Amino acid sequence: MRVIVKLFATFRDGRFKVREFDFPEETCVLDVIQSLNITPEEIAICYRNGKDAKPDTVLHNDDTLALFPPVGGG
Amino acid sequence: MVGYTGKILRINLTEGKITTEPLNMELAKKYLSGRGLGGKMCFDEVGPDVDPLSQENKIFISAGVLTGTNAPTGGRYMVVTKSPLNGAIASSNSGGYWGAQLKFAGWDMVILEGKAVNPQYISILDDKVEIKDAAHLWGQDVYATTAALLEEFGDPKAKVLTIGPAGENLSMNAAIMNDKFRAAGRSGVGAVMGSKNLKAIVCRGTGKVENAKPDDMKKVLRSALAKIKENGVTGQGLPTYGTAILVNIINESGIFPFKNFQDSYDPDADLTSGETMTEKHLIKKDPCFRCPIACGRYNKWKGGEGGGPEYEAVWSFGGDCGVHDYDAIHVANDLCNKLGMDSISAGCTIAVAMELVQRGYIKQEELEGVPLEFGNSQGMVEWTRKMGYAEGALGAKLAAGSYRLAEAYGHPELSMSVKKLDIPAYDPRGIQGHGLQYATNNRGGCHVRGYMVSPEILGLPQKLDKDSLEGKAGWVKIFQDLTAVIDSIGMCLFTSFALGLSDYTEIINAVTGCNYTDEEILQCGERIWNLERLQNLRIGMTKADDTLPKRLLEVPIQSGSSKGSVHRLPELLPAYYSERGWDENGVPTAETLAKLGI
Repeated sequence: MRVIVKLFATFRDGRFKVREFDFPEETCVLDVIQSLNITPEEIAICYRNGKDAKPDTVLHNDDTLALFPPVGGG
Repeated sequence: MVGYTGKILRINLTEGKITTEPLNMELAKKYLSGRGLGGKMCFDEVGPDVDPLSQENKIFISAGVLTGTNAPTGGRYMVVTKSPLNGAIASSNSGGYWGAQLKFAGWDMVILEGKAVNPQYISILDDKVEIKDAAHLWGQDVYATTAALLEEFGDPKAKVLTIGPAGENLSMNAAIMNDKFRAAGRSGVGAVMGSKNLKAIVCRGTGKVENAKPDDMKKVLRSALAKIKENGVTGQGLPTYGTAILVNIINESGIFPFKNFQDSYDPDADLTSGETMTEKHLIKKDPCFRCPIACGRYNKWKGGEGGGPEYEAVWSFGGDCGVHDYDAIHVANDLCNKLGMDSISAGCTIAVAMELVQRGYIKQEELEGVPLEFGNSQGMVEWTRKMGYAEGALGAKLAAGSYRLAEAYGHPELSMSVKKLDIPAYDPRGIQGHGLQYATNNRGGCHVRGYMVSPEILGLPQKLDKDSLEGKAGWVKIFQDLTAVIDSIGMCLFTSFALGLSDYTEIINAVTGCNYTDEEILQCGERIWNLERLQNLRIGMTKADDTLPKRLLEVPIQSGSSKGSVHRLPELLPAYYSERGWDENGVPTAETLAKLGI
């Protein structure tokens, strides 16, 4: 299935900004972040289609996953 | 109490008279300093019928009890006055280095009264205070005034606070600037200074501010600094990227207002993100006094360099105007610094003007050949300049701020403001607690009086569902009260990402020698909030003013992850009044006022 992954702030270092992936069905958030060498503890905000997601959240075709480390306020 | 200098400088500009008076320590115990004490004195000395731009209004420049100490970020001061924008108590907060110099010079507060016959400036060197002719500075921008006064003063360690042309022109968007790039920005405080014919205050202090319990202070500082360093936001995110790191977070959260809140998602937001700023514009960090976070940016852009835009200005001149030209956003922000304008309200005013053009309410013949359409960066910059100088018929209307601009064209509902103060860069339709905070904010559409973005988006101190109403009234009250404390001691709100109430209490006690409990400190904040509420009520504001623009209550967000949302204020407001101990009309009950000793 097709999943778009967006990375922000330091997560972009040595990785990418936005990339489209082809994952098997039943892939969850944890599977994706492990494939990117990111641990759940490093993540402050995790959105699946703009809504809060958890490591065990299962992804679906055409989902967008956005990952942020602890960042800031304004 | 240690930490306070115990002295107030009162300057009557009508009479050219300078007097000193002791700080009322009983009031300081109840209202702390900064916003709290300044607000209390403003409430007592400036009546509800006073025209904010008349000589009867006063300005209370009020440092914090921790300002000038070694408390982390302890360098801030407040400009407190009756706001010309809406009559509320304006207390605009600024960082940089000026506030610490005021304390080093031996003053907790400067009170400015009356109106000078001709333009003047004030020179402070410890207890040597003079009122001087500013004819040569009037009309000069902030950078030129700062350079001229530093040369005249002859001490490179002096710091300059000044208004620019916007303040001289009595613009509702006028700020008071210090250290060139720092602004007491909101509520039109620069216009009050301009109305007094006061251009600037140059200040140098050679003293220092003591701590009552130095050993305790060492201990609490070690703990506070460690927390700030270890926290992901204050230790890594803000130092690395500055506040503009929020662009992508807020956009992905579906609450990034786009084209004057006609939508709340910008598909090209990354062009103006904190990541992009760091990659293309950052020269170096530009921290305030004793700040271990250093979110301030010193940036370069096509044709210039200087103080970089904060998140709010990136949005107001960027997403809110539909502009993605980062150089142009930097130029507009620089114009705000140079001409002395609130970079939030200035950008919002341009965005409202763009919508008035879009809908045909501002006619093409009024534009003097300068474009004013969403997305036109050249027009956005030029109209910002015209606003600052109140140049031409439309420039003068822009200088009156977004509410009065939209009202002049018969459509005040297009001003995205609360109590005439422009709402900043978070669309309340997709963040319910923060929207309640806007609606009930004593000074109007402001994000820094109860930053619910912290729990509702960033998950600090714990994650709340941004779309849920559950418990939000109580959260808003606590955040508003705690923020009133932070604003009233001279520290930066950003420390609250890492520090909690007990940390502030410990620091206050170590500096002052007092033995406040956490409950007593939080009650100081609640007292401050309620006093500001009483000001609003006595100038004629009612429950009807605790609201949001119609668009945000009735028109759902069109795209992005908060698509379909509106703000559900009517469901939240009664619970908020109840949490506050106010009646159904939003009036503090006698019991509440008695409990708070007001």
